[in-house]
Amino acid sequence: MSLENKLRARLEKNKILLMTHIVLGYPSMAVNRQVVAQMVAGGVDCIEMQIPFSEPMADGPVILKANQDSLAAGTKVADCLAFGAEMTAQHDIPFLFMTYYNIVFKYGEEKFFKDCRSAGIEGLIIPDLPPEMGGNFFKLASEYQVAPVLIFAPTSTDARMAELHKSAAGFIYCVARRGVTGKQSEFGEDFNAYLERCRAATTLPLAVGFGIRNHDDVAAITGKADMAVIGSETIRLVDAQGPEAVGPFIAGLR
Amino acid sequence: MKHTGFFGQWGGAFIPEILHQTFAELTIALRQAQDDPKFWQEYLELMSSYSCRPTPLTFAENLTKHFGGAKIYIKREDLNHTGAHKANNVMGQGLLVKRMGKKRVIAETGAGQHGMATATMAAKFGLECTIYMGEVVVLRQRPNVFWMEKMGATVIPVQDGSKTLKDAINEAFRDWVTNVDSTHYVLGTACGPAPFPEMVSWFQSIIGTEAREQILARHGKLPARVYACVGGGSNAMGIFQGFLDNDEVQLVGVEAGGKGLSTGMHASRLCGQDASPGVAQGYKTMFLQNSDGQMLETHSVAAGLDYVGVSPILSDLAEKGRVRFESATDDEVMTALDLTMRMEGIIPALESTHGFVQAFKEAPELSPDEAIIINQSGRGDKDIFTIAHAFNDPSWKQFIIARAREYSK
Repeated sequence: MSLENKLRARLEKNKILLMTHIVLGYPSMAVNRQVVAQMVAGGVDCIEMQIPFSEPMADGPVILKANQDSLAAGTKVADCLAFGAEMTAQHDIPFLFMTYYNIVFKYGEEKFFKDCRSAGIEGLIIPDLPPEMGGNFFKLASEYQVAPVLIFAPTSTDARMAELHKSAAGFIYCVARRGVTGKQSEFGEDFNAYLERCRAATTLPLAVGFGIRNHDDVAAITGKADMAVIGSETIRLVDAQGPEAVGPFIAGLR
Repeated sequence: MKHTGFFGQWGGAFIPEILHQTFAELTIALRQAQDDPKFWQEYLELMSSYSCRPTPLTFAENLTKHFGGAKIYIKREDLNHTGAHKANNVMGQGLLVKRMGKKRVIAETGAGQHGMATATMAAKFGLECTIYMGEVVVLRQRPNVFWMEKMGATVIPVQDGSKTLKDAINEAFRDWVTNVDSTHYVLGTACGPAPFPEMVSWFQSIIGTEAREQILARHGKLPARVYACVGGGSNAMGIFQGFLDNDEVQLVGVEAGGKGLSTGMHASRLCGQDASPGVAQGYKTMFLQNSDGQMLETHSVAAGLDYVGVSPILSDLAEKGRVRFESATDDEVMTALDLTMRMEGIIPALESTHGFVQAFKEAPELSPDEAIIINQSGRGDKDIFTIAHAFNDPSWKQFIIARAREYSK
């Protein structure tokens, strides 16, 4: 079943889905393992695992630091792929990789898709690879059936969204506001108008990320979006209270 | 020079979606400016009245005699306002910002020259200004920080990653995605996503246009070789464009050899074996990176050359064999700087001195009928702290110690 259809099946049971985020190798893969188990137990529908990069241009301070610490501890791309394979074998939810394009480029695009496919990875989020720069990437994504998730931003015009939709699969990741990850967002009237524009531009499910931190934020987008993305907040939580705090936190989000 | 954003296989615009619209608008503004002869006229007038253009081409008579080969000419970009070629790009982008109606500018800076130039432009055009500077560089270039702040800019030390130029660029992009509606990012070199490499090279082409006219007037024919240091590559692109179409003119880019190419402590992307193709900071070029695609630490005595990537236009010209790339070590740079000061009374910036090193190696092999041009991209006297430290100058140290005692009373 495709990523999109798996998410739609889950939407039969829940009005809003939850996607969480981890940075691989931060603070360690052993802790990543515990955190993923906690997230799955807490009921998440989907997890994006970030392969660390030395220049994470679209990330704010929390995820930036996690990238740097993970690399300083020696995390390799090959370790991340092996970890991905281990997670998809253990847990029955979709897993995605999020990273920057240079990681895929240096690994070799085709080899990366091949290894993602055999690791059971169902989607890729590459924030610095717009469709017009990724001809071969998007061809391979379709060939290997790994969904290229694309991003809509409040600055995207209607025409641009329609263009992005043509290359996207799985779902659309709508960033809630201008800026980088990990800062507060407002979910007011402008946001609603923006989400309506997103909805009109694509038939894919809509995920909303950037600044979703608690039950109230999730409630604010329920009925408007299909999936809430919790990124920096779980990293903060693990830093402050350890992995065992994650399960109850996730369970309390909806 | 007009382009789709790729130069051969290099360049492109690998940018987050949030910036897509802004880049589209910037590209349109650039095209309109390129198609409007009045824009370039306004630019030339600004540069002749606010900066010091045309900058002179100085015949280095004593150095020429000393090496006994080709006539050595120096293109004096150090005589620009703020002391470097950076002003050419910044004032050009400033005119574009005025056309686009944005109220705030941000910039990264390596050696501090680009930050200085941007703060100057912001003060003149009444724009709000924030400068991102790697923490390592803030410490190296304290006087520049002082002047930027005095001109009303906010200087933010960047503490992430290697705390150098690339990290300042990342942080400037993070600011831009947050404040995209009000803000223009004045990228300082011929790198980054399209249209920046093309745009910055366009503004810097003023160097090559002048140098070509000047050498023809003085020497009666084109130079045999042209030398420029290469960090991001904007001063090299600037002067090379005056001679690109004349294959008989050898173009030589000189990268930071640091402590030597074999030590790994350098910033040589296009000569040496340590760089490979990659995509980061919004563009595809040769990067100093490991086999996983993680960027490596770089080193140079010159902060402005201490960078992992290089202009995609230069990667293309290197691949096509049109520009030859060499490197100069920190030690060679200090020797060449010492010689230039003593023989000509000229103080090139540490960055620019890299070009002098290679020119001095090659001048004796050329005949006295030939001329060579070195692009002196900036002046060194305002880097007094860095240069005095690099020379390990005893009387300077005593002065600093005495002044510190005075302040700590």
